[in-house]
Amino acid sequence: MADRSTTTSVGHSIARLEGRDKVTGRTDYIYNLRLPSMLHAKACRSPISHGRIRAIDTGAALAMPGVRHVVTGEDVKAVLPEPYYGPAFHDQPILALDKVRHFGEPVAVVLADDPHIAESAAQIIEVDYQELPGVYDEIEALRGQVIVHEELKPAGTFADLKHLAGRRDTNLALDYHLRHGDTDRAFAQAEHVFDHIFSTQQTMHAAFEPIVALADMRDGRLTIYSSTQSPSFVRFEIARLLGWPESHVRVKTAHLGGGFGAKVYVKAEALAMALSLIARRPVRVALTMEEQFYTITKHANTVRIRSAVDKDGRITGRKCEVWWNGGAYADIGPRVAQKSGFSAAGPYDIENVDIDSFALYTNRPPAGALRGFGIPQLVWAYESHTDIIAGELGIDPLAFRKRNILRNGRPQAVGSIVEDAEFEAVLDDVARRMNWRGPFDKGSGTLLRGRGIAIGFKASISPTTSSAIVSVQADGSCIVYCSTVDMGQGSDTAMAQIAAEVLNIALDSIKIVHPDTDVTPYDMSTLGSRSTFHMGHAVRLAAQDARGKLDAMASAAGLPEGANTPLADLFVKTFGMRAGTIVGAANYMPEYAPPNYETGQTPKVTPFWMIGAAGAEVEVDTQTGQFRITRLVNVCDAGKAINPAVVETQISGAAVMQLGFTMTENMIIEDGQLTNPSLADYKIPGFFDLPDAMENGFIEAEQHNGPFGAKGVGESGTFGVSPAIANAIADAVGVRITRLPITAEAVFRALRAKAGNPLGDA
Amino acid sequence: MTGRRRTIQFTLNGQPVAAEIGVHQNLTELLQDRFGLFGARESCGQGLCGCCTVLVDGQAITGCLRLAVLVDGSDVRTIEGLSDGETLSPEQEAFIESGAFQCGYCTPGFILMTRKLLDENPDPSDDDIKHYLSGNLCRCGAYPEILNAVKLAGRKRAALT
Repeated sequence: MADRSTTTSVGHSIARLEGRDKVTGRTDYIYNLRLPSMLHAKACRSPISHGRIRAIDTGAALAMPGVRHVVTGEDVKAVLPEPYYGPAFHDQPILALDKVRHFGEPVAVVLADDPHIAESAAQIIEVDYQELPGVYDEIEALRGQVIVHEELKPAGTFADLKHLAGRRDTNLALDYHLRHGDTDRAFAQAEHVFDHIFSTQQTMHAAFEPIVALADMRDGRLTIYSSTQSPSFVRFEIARLLGWPESHVRVKTAHLGGGFGAKVYVKAEALAMALSLIARRPVRVALTMEEQFYTITKHANTVRIRSAVDKDGRITGRKCEVWWNGGAYADIGPRVAQKSGFSAAGPYDIENVDIDSFALYTNRPPAGALRGFGIPQLVWAYESHTDIIAGELGIDPLAFRKRNILRNGRPQAVGSIVEDAEFEAVLDDVARRMNWRGPFDKGSGTLLRGRGIAIGFKASISPTTSSAIVSVQADGSCIVYCSTVDMGQGSDTAMAQIAAEVLNIALDSIKIVHPDTDVTPYDMSTLGSRSTFHMGHAVRLAAQDARGKLDAMASAAGLPEGANTPLADLFVKTFGMRAGTIVGAANYMPEYAPPNYETGQTPKVTPFWMIGAAGAEVEVDTQTGQFRITRLVNVCDAGKAINPAVVETQISGAAVMQLGFTMTENMIIEDGQLTNPSLADYKIPGFFDLPDAMENGFIEAEQHNGPFGAKGVGESGTFGVSPAIANAIADAVGVRITRLPITAEAVFRALRAKAGNPLGDA
Repeated sequence: MTGRRRTIQFTLNGQPVAAEIGVHQNLTELLQDRFGLFGARESCGQGLCGCCTVLVDGQAITGCLRLAVLVDGSDVRTIEGLSDGETLSPEQEAFIESGAFQCGYCTPGFILMTRKLLDENPDPSDDDIKHYLSGNLCRCGAYPEILNAVKLAGRKRAALT
């Protein structure tokens, strides 16, 4: 397909279309948008994690000069009787009602013309709380001594959540079960059995353009300007809250200053809508970096993983139990538990697999999607576990993985046959780049060196639809209308490349219209590495549709087939002058079969598989536990890359982000309060956190059902990083870290414990 | 909060300008609200990310931590002043050619720091670059590409002189 000798746009490393705007500071982020007569909103947020609201005194705030409105949850309820939103559960109030369920939950909002006045007034709102005990750990949440929601309210959009409607006295927001083969028999017959528990911490996206939404309600119509990744869903959900036809709500986006999953589904839009409804003026809800910590995060989780292994080092059975810490509101967490949960046994060919995956409410800030949708938390467990097994059996970690790896044509535990998944080639490429079979300097004295590898995989989210419109102008240029959001991943450029290729026109003749639900057609969302595949197909098909009409035009004009008449001339020949427009349109939805509720089995779980592997070399100081990553290799299966340079930066950027989640990032809750909602105390990677050497690459193998052979790659670079580093540390100094983040303290404590001289609690 | 206001005069990207501003407002707000310049942008609000980097009297500062009134009489340079809008500066060209950004939110800050670094040290080592740019963060993790861009910008500047 994308054979670079025959394509002009697809498959080439073309610089991003928006490059000039980005280097001159002129990119149109929504955070920079100001509307005439706009009010600024600033929230008063809960200082406790769980409690009843006894009273809210807004008097002093309202009396402050310049304050226009002070709005509480009850005020919202007066205009929107059911002010609860969420993609999986209608559980999140626009402003807290009766109860607060997490630290930093918005309780009241001040509206003022001047943001400083709004902020000052928000600080003098008095809220009287009756504090309740909180639950912060996912395992404790399962025991149900503290209940976060009195009654569960599934949204009804997901069939497998319906049975939870009305359920009381539980924190369980979804239980997913996979049964494949006869796992009990495999364990009974096993030569070796391994049983480990791993856990990860709560982290967050820290997109540099903070979450922002402006709502402008007038004359029974609403326009929302939002830094959203999901314009179509925002329109749907906001219309539902208002009880309006969707056509009365318009959602517009621009370039996003990062998303990483923070900006999917509804975030600030519902609040902005309610405030504009009350104030009858445009309202801007612009979060600060601190407020993003209270808004959406990445799940902490705990995984218990057990393996049955035969005498030849074949894994014959695996049992996984996964508990996801979803925080106070479900957001898309139940989908994380299921859509990622099914892969918890890893990319291995295992005949007998049991998986139980549980989404749980706690009193932490809500958790949702973050670059990998739960996969990195699972790879952490199964690739650490797999490494321990290899070590205890005395088999080389690479050889052990290759002995058990899933191969094309074989069923994954979910019951779907694996296709176009280059597991082994990706592993081999990491090994080649690491010179795995060559000699390795293990260090000496108090500086010891080690290396490790890890591989993970993910299914694309299904079933989802993308739609696109391509219009060809009489001058021969083309406009692409699609609701894919370019948040830095380079989708504008990729879509332009696809349209240019199909229409056989120059890339600079293509314009991309940014999402505007009045203008651009439906798209499920920009998430889960789905856009290149799904929207890529929609744009390709829409361009083909236009191409067909242009060919018919040429034929009607009496032009011989293959005459290659310039498009502008073709329009003149047809319309007698430079006039007319040709429009192509397409919807794309890949095949999918929903899983059986009892067994989790489905013959078609995903249109394509994402694969990412990493190799790490580390140097550990045994006297302090300090360690350096001297080398990090990341390799992904990219299908056929639409834009190789952009693919490589996606892999690299994903790995750097995952380094933060591995080494430093950790949302710390003490006494119910988040102690570090600031980049000062929550450390994201900077220049000095990079490995000494970093190498990124990808395997190009045709995805047979992909657009030009391509598949998604935005998340794959996160998969292997954390366990590769832990495996390298284990190789260097013989200690196993089972909880993220891997700090020097954690390594030092493990070293002291191994030496029989454990440190006391800090 | 009904704080005092002051009129200040300063040089903005080479042009003399004046503005009335509240004494509590910061330089980022001054640039955005009075001059419509959004290249220095708010993100962490605590001087930690570098997205609001501005050059004041030749020094790189974070606009979110600098009170606007303090630039009275100063020479202020922003990303918008780095090129004439037609021809890009060598630093800007290098960032494009190296693919040294993804979402682009932090990019103006990195480019201004690159300009400063190369003014002081035309041929920096990798370590010099990392050290000089360590006050700027990129959540997309484009650091390897940024490193390449700084080196390319250095070569481009050397070729011009």
